[in-house]
Parts: sequence; C-alpha cells; structure tokens
Amino acid sequence: MSRYLAATETDARPAPDRRRTLRQILIEDFFYGPGAILCTLLLCALLAIAAWKLLDWALLDAVFGPTETLDASQACRAEDTEGACWAVIGDKLRLILFGLYPYDLQWRPGLACVLMIALYALSVQRALWRPALAGIWVVFLVAVLILMRGGIAGLEPVGDDQWGGLPVTLILSTFGLGLAFPVAIALALARQQRRFPMLQAASVGVIEFARAVPLVVVLFMASVMLPLFLPADWQVSKLLRVLIAFTLFGAAYLAEVIRGGLQAIPPGQYEAASALSLTYAQSMRDVILPQALRIVIPGIVNIFIGFFKATAIVVVVGIFDLMTAAKRAVADPLWQGFGIEVYLFAGLIYFVFCFSLSRFSARLERDLARDRAS
Amino acid sequence: MPLKTGKITLTAALAGAGTLLAAISASAQTTSPTLEAVRERGELACGVIGSSFGFSLPDSQGVMQGMDADSCRAVAAAALGDANAVRWVPLVPAQRLTALQTGEVDVLFAQLTWTMSRETDSGVQMTSTNYFDGTGFLVPTALGVSSATELDGANVCSIQGPGEVTARDYFTSQGMEFTPVLFAEGEELRAAFLAGRCDVYMIDQSALISFRASLGDNAGNFTVLPEIISAEPLSGAVRKGDPLWFDIARYAHIAQVNAENLGITSENVDSFADDASPAIRRFLGMDGTLGQSLGLEPSWAHDIIAQVGNYGEMWERHFGQTGADRGANRLAGDGGLQYPYPMR
Repeated sequence: MSRYLAATETDARPAPDRRRTLRQILIEDFFYGPGAILCTLLLCALLAIAAWKLLDWALLDAVFGPTETLDASQACRAEDTEGACWAVIGDKLRLILFGLYPYDLQWRPGLACVLMIALYALSVQRALWRPALAGIWVVFLVAVLILMRGGIAGLEPVGDDQWGGLPVTLILSTFGLGLAFPVAIALALARQQRRFPMLQAASVGVIEFARAVPLVVVLFMASVMLPLFLPADWQVSKLLRVLIAFTLFGAAYLAEVIRGGLQAIPPGQYEAASALSLTYAQSMRDVILPQALRIVIPGIVNIFIGFFKATAIVVVVGIFDLMTAAKRAVADPLWQGFGIEVYLFAGLIYFVFCFSLSRFSARLERDLARDRAS
Repeated sequence: MPLKTGKITLTAALAGAGTLLAAISASAQTTSPTLEAVRERGELACGVIGSSFGFSLPDSQGVMQGMDADSCRAVAAAALGDANAVRWVPLVPAQRLTALQTGEVDVLFAQLTWTMSRETDSGVQMTSTNYFDGTGFLVPTALGVSSATELDGANVCSIQGPGEVTARDYFTSQGMEFTPVLFAEGEELRAAFLAGRCDVYMIDQSALISFRASLGDNAGNFTVLPEIISAEPLSGAVRKGDPLWFDIARYAHIAQVNAENLGITSENVDSFADDASPAIRRFLGMDGTLGQSLGLEPSWAHDIIAQVGNYGEMWERHFGQTGADRGANRLAGDGGLQYPYPMR
C-alpha cells in the first residue's frame, strides 16, 4: 500500500487564482527568471521576423491585379515582385468555386452553396433538434438538387458532368452524410440487438467490409469496373456512383460511433423502457437514441470533418471538386508557378468549414456538460 | 395440313429473314448507331483529360480549351452542325478506355497515345493523330550539358507513372545511372525543378512549350537537349464495331488538315462560295457526295472549318501565343507529319 501514499509531507500550496491580471500572467509565465526572459525575447524576435516576412509576402509586396503598364500575370512575374500573386485568385475565382458549370448560370451553384451553408447553420441550433429537422433537410436538399440539375421550373438542365468546385465538395459531404445517417442508425441498432442473429451478422459484414477496404479502391471499382458489368444502356452518372460509395463508407463509420453511444446508455434505461411496456421502436425513438446520439455528437462531427476533407479524393475518378478545380487554375501557363497562392486559398475554404464545425462541436460539449451538471 | 402450314411458315420466315438481312446490310453503309444516338441526344459526349494545358483545360470562364477540346468540337460540328453541342466528360488516364468501351463517351480525345496493344486488345480504334508529342529533356544552361548521353548520374525529375518508365527505359538502355525524383503533379514538379532539386526535367514537348512560356525572360536559363526519346502520337479514338462513326471522327480531323492545306480558314471559308476549284467545291460540299458517304450534311466540312477552324488555326490558338515551334505538327508539305489525305 505504501507506494500509493506520499512518504514525505509537502507544504500546502495556495489555491490557484484563476483571475490573474495580464501583468501577473506576463511576470509569472514569461519573465520569471533570466532564462525565461532570454527565451521569451528570443522567441518574440523570431516570431516578429516571421510575421513581418509573411506580411510582406502576403500583403505589402503582393500583386492584386494589373498595373498601369502590365497585365496581372506579367505584374506577378515582374523582376521586382517578390510577394504573393493574389491576382491568380481574382482571375480564376469562379473556375475554382464552380468548375465547368456554365458561366452564365453560376448563380445557381452559388445559391445552392448558400442553401447548404444555411442548412448547417440551422442544424446546429439546439432549439431545432426535433423530428421536423429531418423534413428541413429533405426540403433543402431537394432545392439544392433542383438548382444544380435544372430541367424544371424553367431552369436550363445542367448535367452533373459539368458540376464542379465548392458545390461538389459540399454536395458529396452533405448528401453523403445526410443519406448515411439513417443507414448508420439502422446498422448500429442491427449490430447491437441479439434477437435476429442473421441481421446482426449482415450488419457486421457491411460495417467491417467498408472499414477494411480503402475508399480509393471502392471509388476506382465504382468508376472503372462497375460500368463494365452494367448493361450498356444503364448509365449511372459518375457523381452518383461516387456518392453511393461515400454513403456506404460514411454509414459504416457513423454506425460504429453510434453503437458506442448505445453502449454508453446504462442498462437501467433499457429496463425502465421495458417496464413502461414501450415497444422496441418506441423505446429506441423516445428513450435510448436521443440520449445515445447526444453523447456521440463530438464523434459524429469528427467524422463529418474527416469526410468533408476526404472528398478531395474524388480527383482519382475525374470529378472536379474544390481541390481539383484549384489545381486546374495553375495548369494555365499564364499562372503556372503560383500554386502556393491557389492552394492557400483552397486551404482557407476548407479551414473555414472545418473550423466552424469543430467550434460548434466544442460549444455543444460545453452546453451539454452544463446541462448534466444542473 | 400441319406440314403445309409448316412449309408456308418456313418460307415466310426465310423471306422475312432475307428482307431483314438486306435491310441490315443496306443500313450498315449509311447509318451509324453512335451517330443516331448522338443526334437523338442532341449533343456529343466527348471524353477529355480536362486538366492539361494545350489539350483540354477550362479557362477562367469554365470553357474547355485546347487541341483535344477543339477536336471534340470538330466532330460535333460534323455530326450535329453545332460545334458547341458537346458534353465534356473529364476522365483520368485510368478511366479513358473504360469510358469509351462502356459507351459513357462517344469519342475520346484524351491525350491517348496510339499504341498497338491498345488497338488490338481494348476494343477501341484510333481515328487520327491530332498532336505528335514526345518526351525530351530540359536542363539548366549552367549545367553545361549538350546531349542526354552526358546525363550519367543525374537527378531526374518526372511525373509518376508512365514518365518514370520512360526515364528508366532510356537510362538503362544507355547504361547510365540516374536518381528518379518523382512528383504526382506538374505544379510541384516545376517548382522543384526551378528550385534546383534535380538536374534534368523529363518533359513532353507539349508541356515544355507551356513551361517555357511561363518562365518569361528566364527561359534563356534553360536548354532543351536534342534527344526526343519516346514517340507519343496523341490520337482520337472510338469503339470498334461502328465503321461509319469511325470514318466521321477520322475525317473530321483530315478535313481540318486539308482545309489548312487548301488555305481555307474560319475567316475566309464563306468567300469560297463561288470558287471554281473542283477540290474546294468537293470539300465544301458544293459538288460531290463526300458528306452523304458519311451519312452527314453536305456542309459538314464547311461547318467544321467555320466553327472550329482548320488544323493550323487550332494549333495557333492553343500553342501560338507561346512562340513555340510547331515541329512535327506542321503540314507534310512543310516537313511535318500532318498529312492532307485526299478527300475525293
């Protein structure tokens, strides 16, 4: 027992004061001794140099457009230009954002993006977390499809070969995960129950298959092999094939996260539901799932972020997602060599989406912790 | 009685089969299932790479530009009379042949090298070469090398995949050592070469043109070595089994080459309306049955030239501004390989 007990007595320290002034923080954390002072000053100097260089490159010496004598590309390549060439973003913005979508109709994918972003914004409002939210999703996603495809309500039809850029990235992640979510709940429940062993085995099979095979292999199979086996007049579009692959994968990963939530629910909850003579469906819908899903929200958001970024993989089957469209912008000899600027821009878009999602997840965890505490 | 009925039925069946056969053999000459499908759809599904400058790359407005893109437009102009009736299907190299075999695209212009095994094994047929390409070497002038045979021990930058194989084949056959430095993307490769990560950049002639153009005044700091070590005749392709469609795709290209040879351009094509030259009258469909023999309108070649232009115009549009040499893609009369096969 002795090794679990302190052998010597130490003086009790004062309780840490959480509300320190800036002055106190500086002195206590950064300037508490000669070594610390030296370190702090050195690191500050390095940071200042790096920040100055970055500012110089990104803003002060950067080219934002044509000058009086040179067009934008020449201005970027001029001898005395050392900074970033943001003019490439200006010239290629709509290519990066919307790919091959007909230029005159690009308000449609633009609006579709706004709708999908609005859908996220609505979905993170806890006040709206009720079954009606599923209806909102259906309405929004149908609207997005109509905008993108056209063909009704006087909109000119646009085939999904021509979709590209940000809407494709958003569609793959939103539709993929939106479709995957109900499938994942079914898979998780099927795997957890004990009454129908065949159903359980099937669910385990699907989940383990999807987790054991790399996504890129499935994408290749779907786009190179599958068409060879289908009848000649069965043309399943490339985007739809990829979406199905994403849904299958998303469902398998989500199902495991949700199963984790189901396991975290104390047996007493299941027993209490039975004692009230609720049916299986009732007990799941009203008692178990609301609690289980709440627990695994951070895990779900994590998978969503992962999938959002993983959509860039569709370049292997020739779909113009955001990243592919960005690469195409610098294949033009006019802008070759300005890849860093274009990659930074694409990275910024990914960052804005992923960071907002992770902030949302963090806020939610705080709220839920407070709910439990109260 | 049953016997007699049987006889009559048999005779009828034979007669019916005969009629059917006659119908099939007649239609085999004048119709093409692919052409009919394209007409019904009102647009041509054309497979392109979609990310390579000079061949198929969307411009800032998202309009596909390049030699391959214009070859698609030429086929669309011939088949439908409208060069813009093209549905672009961007394909990565691994998907190109499958997309054609399965009917996802009607014709393929995706920088496909015309090789024997592709034609004999894959069920596709090359129609014509719209760009003669080949792999060469680019070195910094400061390296002081004047021939690829002096590159023993060099660090060689190239693209993963076929470029890597070409490099290994060449250096092994020359008995030279080399260190491959491989990249997945042209943009990273070019940056690495400019930063001095490698001594030599193995590059397709077509890519070399755009790379030098992007260097501007610094182009003089690099030397192109004289060796061209692989033949890459980049060609259009169609599925086997539809001979008339094959002819349409092939002669769309040959018409562009002939137009350049005859001096017909998109600008002046209408000024030949009362020309007396029999070759020009045949070409533009005023005389003869060239269009009819392809199952097309008599004005098919006129539509190609008016809407897309001749071969030389196409080359100038996509590579001309780079100031590059047309090389093997000149007309045969100028010492190149683009031959104006007679259209008569």
